[in-house]
Amino acid sequence: MLEEFLFQLEMSAPQIVLGLVNGAFYALLSLGLAVIFGMLNVINFAHGAQFMMGAFVAWMLLNWAGIPYWGALILSPLIVGAFGVVLERLMISRLYKLDHLYGLLLTFGLALIIEGLFRNGFGSSGLPYAPPAALSGAPVDLGFMMLPKYRLWVVAAAFVVCIATWLVIEKTRLGAYLRAATENAPLVQAFGVNVPRLVTLTYAAGVALAALAGVLAAPIYSVNPGMGSNFIITVFAVVVIGGMGSILGSVITGFGLGLVEGLTRVVYPEASATVIFVIMAIVLLARPAGLFGRA
Amino acid sequence: MASATTLRTEVSQGVPPATLPPSAPGLLGLNRAQGIALLVMIAAVVVCPFFLYPQFLMKLLCFALFACAFNLLIGYVGLLSFGHAAYFGMGSYVAAHAAKVWGLTPEVSILLGGVAGAAFGLVFGWIAIRRAGIYFAMITLALAQMVYFFCLQAPFTHGEDGIQSIPRGKLFGLIDLQADMTLYWFIAALFLAGFLLVQRVIRSPFGQVLTAIRENEPRATSLGYRVDDYKLVAFVLSAGIAGIAGGAKAITVGIATLTDVHWAMSGEVVLMTLLGGLGTLFGPVVGAGLVVGMQTYLAPYGAWVTIIQGVIFVLCVLAFRAGIVGEVARLLRVKL
Repeated sequence: MLEEFLFQLEMSAPQIVLGLVNGAFYALLSLGLAVIFGMLNVINFAHGAQFMMGAFVAWMLLNWAGIPYWGALILSPLIVGAFGVVLERLMISRLYKLDHLYGLLLTFGLALIIEGLFRNGFGSSGLPYAPPAALSGAPVDLGFMMLPKYRLWVVAAAFVVCIATWLVIEKTRLGAYLRAATENAPLVQAFGVNVPRLVTLTYAAGVALAALAGVLAAPIYSVNPGMGSNFIITVFAVVVIGGMGSILGSVITGFGLGLVEGLTRVVYPEASATVIFVIMAIVLLARPAGLFGRA
Repeated sequence: MASATTLRTEVSQGVPPATLPPSAPGLLGLNRAQGIALLVMIAAVVVCPFFLYPQFLMKLLCFALFACAFNLLIGYVGLLSFGHAAYFGMGSYVAAHAAKVWGLTPEVSILLGGVAGAAFGLVFGWIAIRRAGIYFAMITLALAQMVYFFCLQAPFTHGEDGIQSIPRGKLFGLIDLQADMTLYWFIAALFLAGFLLVQRVIRSPFGQVLTAIRENEPRATSLGYRVDDYKLVAFVLSAGIAGIAGGAKAITVGIATLTDVHWAMSGEVVLMTLLGGLGTLFGPVVGAGLVVGMQTYLAPYGAWVTIIQGVIFVLCVLAFRAGIVGEVARLLRVKL
């Protein structure tokens, strides 16, 4: 009995780990979406495109400038974040007084432009990006399975980044300004806080999170222009399930749903692509505000 | 709720209230400007096939009908469905299957496509109207993505290949649609019927309640209207017409593929309506014409089409939110 269970575990463990890795990306991306939405009231449809940019910038840094993975992990989010500052200042900031839907439409247009430009420049077929030497050695033996080091690193790194983001927002002075401005921006501004700059930096930070996820994803998936749009719609479902009210909620939902997806791939592979959407429908029927959302 | 008001004002900006005619409904309940625009549109539908490729025009008309169905939701109920490709695509697949495998006549096949669209609309609408605004858009998009993955795996859609060489068949079992021009008149009639249906719905007491919900939902509720029921009926209607448009497209082009259910298709119908003018009768038709025309004539340039579409999105949102027809209506001080 136990042996059979262990065998089952051994067979299904890779799928579950793959689920956790996906969950790490869901968590990072939905965290960025939640941070941006909280402050700007804009659903950043370009989030997937910015994730893809993060991966491409890492590829360019390596192949054009010889900067390795570890450098890209810092530089790529900064570069893509700076791009986010430009977008926010030039375009998104003009929409705050309008219906939220216009923000969605604008960022959707931006996503099309970014994706199209990369498709023109690099083709649709994906570029390889090798994991760094330190993480590409022999897999770690966990007793019941062999775990590639890089995947372990992705899950751990994403987890740490998520927790760090939560700490910044909940425990620091900057985070307090941020939360206050989310509740009542004019009042915070009256206290002398530069709210427009805070908004711009929030957008940049959210975008940088997406780019960081992109760098982490580069060695796992091939770096290609469509990699973001495939992810982002699932992340939307994750966000609907979790509700955007809580930072920690979106992290838990992200990892949890990745795990569920991985388990589904073991039990009933045909449904693995749709399971998150089905869960979304069920959650909406039972609890329309989402698991962690405020009505 | 303050934010939702802005969309409404944006939408109705093309319609300065002061210039509304003193309610003298002419032809089909349209005002004079709309009546003239309708006649111009019918004339264009009749004359164009003698100058442009009927194939291109039929595709255009199918997408125009699709955009009109979409506009019924965004323009008149204020709901942004970002997943209308699901209903269009299912309509396309079901009509294709009915015509090819079951050997049904084209009008029955297209009707079944509409039924499929409406059925999906009923279930998805029922789930999605629990949330409003931005969440509604995300939910409809996610549900449509579920349909996409379903179509990717379901045997009857033939996965990546799609359903190919769909027979055009004989209309009512009598009239052979093999000739392009014969099919064109059928599709044109279908489009006009759909267009007039949408405009009739908007003019009806039901449509007036929808507009009331768009303008002030809490007030409509307090007046005793079951807002959710109205939204759902509008959603089903819109999904059904989208399904018919998809079915007509499948019969016209002869293939039903994953492109029809892909999220990019949902984006395209949003683009058509936004470019033409949200909440205008003729905007979706103009927008569909421009977008389909652009896709057809710029097809050799590959990804540039996507980039141009993105740029149009950005320009529409930043610079002219009333759309082409909305801006023209504002200039002429009429309602279109």
